[in-house]
Amino acid sequence: MANIIEAHNLNLWYGDHQALKNINLDIQEHKITALIGPSGCGKSTFMKTLNRMNDLVDGCRIEGDVRLNGVDIYKDMDVNILRKKVGMVFQKANPFPMSIYDNIAYGPRLHGIHGKAALDEIVERSLKQAAIWDETKDRLKKNALGMSGGQQQRLCIARAIAVEPDVLLMDESTSALDPISTGKIEELCLELKKKYTIVMVTHNMQQANRISDITAFFLLGELIETGATQDIFLNPQNKKTEEYITGRFG
Amino acid sequence: MHEKISLSRRVKIKVLNILMYISFILILALVAGLIGYILFRGIPNISWKFLSSKPSLLNGVIGILPNILNTIYIVLITLVIVLPLGVGTAVYLNEYATNRKLVSVIEFATETLAGIPSIIYGLAGMLIFVQFFSIGTSLLAGSLTLVIMTLPTIVRTTQESLKTVPDSYREGSLALGSGKWHMIRTVVLPSSIDGIVTGCILAIGRIVGESAALLFTAGMANNILSLKDAVTPGNAGSTLTVALYMYAKERGEFGVAFAIAAILLILTLLINLSAKLVAKKLKVKVD
Repeated sequence: MANIIEAHNLNLWYGDHQALKNINLDIQEHKITALIGPSGCGKSTFMKTLNRMNDLVDGCRIEGDVRLNGVDIYKDMDVNILRKKVGMVFQKANPFPMSIYDNIAYGPRLHGIHGKAALDEIVERSLKQAAIWDETKDRLKKNALGMSGGQQQRLCIARAIAVEPDVLLMDESTSALDPISTGKIEELCLELKKKYTIVMVTHNMQQANRISDITAFFLLGELIETGATQDIFLNPQNKKTEEYITGRFG
Repeated sequence: MHEKISLSRRVKIKVLNILMYISFILILALVAGLIGYILFRGIPNISWKFLSSKPSLLNGVIGILPNILNTIYIVLITLVIVLPLGVGTAVYLNEYATNRKLVSVIEFATETLAGIPSIIYGLAGMLIFVQFFSIGTSLLAGSLTLVIMTLPTIVRTTQESLKTVPDSYREGSLALGSGKWHMIRTVVLPSSIDGIVTGCILAIGRIVGESAALLFTAGMANNILSLKDAVTPGNAGSTLTVALYMYAKERGEFGVAFAIAAILLILTLLINLSAKLVAKKLKVKVD
């Protein structure tokens, strides 16, 4: 399988605190990679280096390189182009306070698509891909904030895929949802990985086990172990990994 | 079993409730009384002629058309200048500035500016705009003075409202590949339009109610001006509030003064309502 992202000797500091220590991790195309580990272990931080959302944090310093399809995203790529290629869904659904239609059309408009027919088509396709078309097709002009939490999160997924990214980052995107909404999003991820590559941070071991192909375990800023999800869960090589996934700490 | 809270607490609650109702009625009575009295004394003196002519001592005519127009001109000119300036400042302070120290110095300065008596703005405006820039006593000089006076209001209210926009909106927009300005224009400003309009209404209130700062800068002329005249240096004109002062203080025409007061009330109401309407229109269109 081809690697779409390669992180090499990645170190990251927040001020004096080193949050990532010499991380080497490759993300494979059309796979779901789950990043697990206790709070503060650096998994979210690592994910945010992939679309440079860490740039927004004061005092954040990065060494090493991250390559997207072989291009160094910190040196040779415009950050806005990077974020078009690497979309993100946040922990808490954050639809903009505008209509469902305008939420989805926000990204495409930003990247220069203005024709009504083209936008209509993108909106329909994105909502269908995010499995929320049936619930929204009659209320596209309604405010997105009027939807339920689970619907809002799927809308955010639709918004992220409307710009046709290569990679979709999901930062604990189901942690605030009920089990049914969570199930819908997990199913959706399995569908979406055919077209996109997904990297997800999760605190939910069952979730990582259920849907991810590859799991990476982080602890105190270090990447402890990575491999095929079955191997990590059935036959972890590192003692700490075993202790964590069996719930002995974390 | 039916437990009751102690007598002293019940008494306290009762007393507090009564005090609350008293203040409520007092405020209501004050506002209603003031408005009622002004309308009662003012409306009988309002006639079509009063509204549509300019005053002439020779013909013994009293009319306030020039003053109504001047008020509208000054509100318009001031807002056109102060809005981009104030909103821009607030956006800079809240979204761009990274030097916390500088921001707090600027915030402290705007707060101080807000607390300065308006007669001092009048004095400064006269020295700076009327004399130094030789715009002359004119509506333009008056407007520029009011720009400085209302700037803190616009900056503060816009800033407060920008602070209420959740960071998740900003992140969501940036994560889609927006540049900073695009994010501010499409997500942050539309979400804070309420606060900006509130700032406008407060500013309009100050402009319409201002007399001291305008006496020195905009003058007391009563000629009918066009909008073009209004933005041309050297064309003096008095607003309704200044006219009210003149009629009441210099000429003892209290009937006229009350009529102007009534017009001012109605005008303020109309301007506020239209500002709210504009806000509704600007707010992201959803039902």
